[in-house]
Amino acid sequence: MTGKQDAKTPVEEAGVRRLRISVLRYNPQDPTSRPHLQTFEVDEAPSMTLFVALNDIRDHQDPSLQFDFVCRAGICGSCAMLINGRPGLACRTLTSSLGERVTLAPLPFFELIGDLSVNTGKWMRGMSERLEAWIHESGDVDIARLEERMEPELAEQIYELERCIECGCCLAACGTARMREEFVGAVGLNKVARLRLDPRDRRSDAEYYDLIGDDNGVFGCMTLLGCQDVCPKDLDLQTQIAYMRRKMLRAALLPAS
Amino acid sequence: MKVVYTDVLVIGGGLAGLRAAVGVKRRGLDALILSLVPAKRSHSVAAQGGMQASLGNSAMGAGDNEDVHFEDTVRGSDWGADQRVVRMFVNTAPKAVRELAAWGVPWSRVARGDRESVVNAQKITITENDDAHGLITARDFGGTKKWRTCYTSHGTGHTMLYALGDQTIAHGIPVLERQEALALIHDGGRCHGAVVRDLITGELTAYLAKATTIATGGYGRIYKVSTNAIICEGTGIALALETGVAPLGNMEAVQFHPTAIITAGILTTEGCRGDGGVLRDIDGHRFMPDYEPEKKELASRDVVSRRMTEHMRKGKGVPSRYGDHLWLDITGLGRAHIEKNLREVKDICEYFLGIDPVTDWIPVRPTQHYSMGGIRTDHTGQSPTLKGLFACGEAACWDLHGFNRLGGNSVAETVVAGMLVAEYIADFCESEAGEVSVRSDLVRRFVERERNRLDELLGREEGENATELRERMETVMMDKVGIFRTGDELESAVAELRELLVRSRSIAVRTRAPGSNPELVTAYRVQKMLKIALCVAQGALLRTESRGAHFREDFPQRNDRDWLKRTLASWSDEGDDLPSIDYEDIDVKAMELPPGFRGYGARNHVDHPDTEGRVAEVERIVGEQEADDRFRRQEALMEYESLLPKKYQGRNERLTERLP
Repeated sequence: MTGKQDAKTPVEEAGVRRLRISVLRYNPQDPTSRPHLQTFEVDEAPSMTLFVALNDIRDHQDPSLQFDFVCRAGICGSCAMLINGRPGLACRTLTSSLGERVTLAPLPFFELIGDLSVNTGKWMRGMSERLEAWIHESGDVDIARLEERMEPELAEQIYELERCIECGCCLAACGTARMREEFVGAVGLNKVARLRLDPRDRRSDAEYYDLIGDDNGVFGCMTLLGCQDVCPKDLDLQTQIAYMRRKMLRAALLPAS
Repeated sequence: MKVVYTDVLVIGGGLAGLRAAVGVKRRGLDALILSLVPAKRSHSVAAQGGMQASLGNSAMGAGDNEDVHFEDTVRGSDWGADQRVVRMFVNTAPKAVRELAAWGVPWSRVARGDRESVVNAQKITITENDDAHGLITARDFGGTKKWRTCYTSHGTGHTMLYALGDQTIAHGIPVLERQEALALIHDGGRCHGAVVRDLITGELTAYLAKATTIATGGYGRIYKVSTNAIICEGTGIALALETGVAPLGNMEAVQFHPTAIITAGILTTEGCRGDGGVLRDIDGHRFMPDYEPEKKELASRDVVSRRMTEHMRKGKGVPSRYGDHLWLDITGLGRAHIEKNLREVKDICEYFLGIDPVTDWIPVRPTQHYSMGGIRTDHTGQSPTLKGLFACGEAACWDLHGFNRLGGNSVAETVVAGMLVAEYIADFCESEAGEVSVRSDLVRRFVERERNRLDELLGREEGENATELRERMETVMMDKVGIFRTGDELESAVAELRELLVRSRSIAVRTRAPGSNPELVTAYRVQKMLKIALCVAQGALLRTESRGAHFREDFPQRNDRDWLKRTLASWSDEGDDLPSIDYEDIDVKAMELPPGFRGYGARNHVDHPDTEGRVAEVERIVGEQEADDRFRRQEALMEYESLLPKKYQGRNERLTERLP
């Protein structure tokens, strides 16, 4: 026996609170619907996340409530919303980290589907098409043969940038996105930085410049750092944007280099 | 009536569906993907462990090849797999990994020289060769003889899905998000497409295609606790079942993972126990040594899951609002080890439990994890009974995994099946059988039938509550069709599920708002899920043996004599409240690896009458071959290569097996 029987876990620790969760509701498909806040009361349970709380509300109080969850594990990026005004992933937000009154609103910037559900997927696809955000190979690879080698550290660096889950929090927290609908956001710039780092993508800086060398791209960022503050994956977005800005400036000024 | 035509309709935007769509597009066909969610949010993203492919680059994978991967997979399946399909799979997996590498997956790479690793709680030093430096490396997984699982740090599924999602966009393939297929359009012999509901507007559209492909993943969410994403409800494979023509295979084969955290059901990796973590009960007692004195916490997944369940049944579980659980204690490993080697576990504990595993125990319990069963297809992915209907990935039973899947074989299957099935689909579409010849009155009938069903749900003033039925189904499946199964419990499960199914025919939906209607979605899905649940429960009740993940306490032996066969479940008539169950023999005489002892678990089975003869024949054939030519030996035992599409035939290069 270890002495760990006394180990404190939230299961034992938490008292029962009655949460008052106010949701900004609006169904654009319904001509009679008007945006309004509706408050639900939920008894808090140990280790309760907003995923659990919202499903509890839908299952037992209001079956019409709209929201999006898929993985409920913080990896698919479906459930970004404004939690007390701040963009975040609802599935991995413990209610114990919030006060008794919680306000939830849909992520701004994206097309509203209804209540807390927004169409991030449509925007992300559009962004990928605009930035041609895929590996541009130099031709077909013979997959029966040994793969091309890559330095282990480089693979790790690429993975570090690849961790973006396209949740949209960075755009919801972005000042530029408020003013420029066409801004590609930290998510888009990070993706280009990731592709640029990858030797399998054969494009030159001049070609990347054509995609992001304007105010809807890397020169639109005002360095307010909102994206970095809210990124659920703690990506170093600001460094990537600053780096890309330098590289793109160079590509513009010294095209031959 | 809105109608959309395409060559290949793909239902499901995960790894399997995306790869299949890219494949047919490359053959010059039009493809269109329907997905419940944005493709990059599919459940494939959750596969963190990795993808098995016998590259043999890393020192711990030295000597690996298709033959070893084949044997591991067949033993893992408890001889339920189709061995020709296993051969096709193991030969294509290295090609799939290399293709994904070219498409941008940042696979973790071999670094030359020494590095420290932990194996069986022992520190060891692994020395990597110079000539392997920079090639794709691999990690260890359960049930494999070699370290064969290729991975990308902690995010294999994520990087694979993003690479394929990007390729889908690069190929200009539309992914229609938030679209749900409600029914297949068919004439009893040929599938022509699907009736599809737009989840935002509620509008119905008929999608017509030369070939329809279902790649919608598993059915974990019929269980109360599952590691699966919440969209893995089995409603995609229910489309095939509801045709009454296309059967589902081995639905009772359902895998459980021992250590998912409570509340969220998120996995904590096997590495916790591998590195020395222990399981404790309500009294803080380490109970596994009482049951498995030798292997303790490190017995195989199914054994640990069974022992944990057994212990909780004795009242030794820790009660909580979310049901009983046990403790996973890794506090003995120390902060440095946990923060370096088990960082992901630490993150999960912090975000989802608000605890620090360095000082706190982790509440865990066995949780549904993988669905071996699915739409029965031949080796080309086509339903043998409904032409033009294809399936691949976890949604299909073609049958790679038999009654138990090995870790790392599921993501590998998604892309391999996508690659292969795409070629067979393209062949089909280019053949005479692929011509579209659908009558518009048939299409209209199917669309109207679906509209009437929705109107019925919306039209009742009073009726059953869909959420209540669903919650009850999940509980019945968890309690009575779970890790341990007995005839009595299964009978009572089937009886209750039948009753729930009958009740589900009079569900009333209260929400009448236009457009997106989550209550309506729950209502029509639970009707489909109950049918899937009944296929699992009834299949489990009738299978009076234990094989792989299917464990009958009243029939603990694997019985090849009576049960070396694949279960086929069909729903012949919409008014039925039980599936009809048939069986398909698995031919021992055609096996490259005849049935025997798996090498782990209980050595306890009844032989098939053909086994002895086949074993002698295999020995004779092997004796006639030259010992150093593994390819010719394999061909003599079981020819399979001609089944593969031409472009994927042929050997795989390795450091030790260079191609000319």
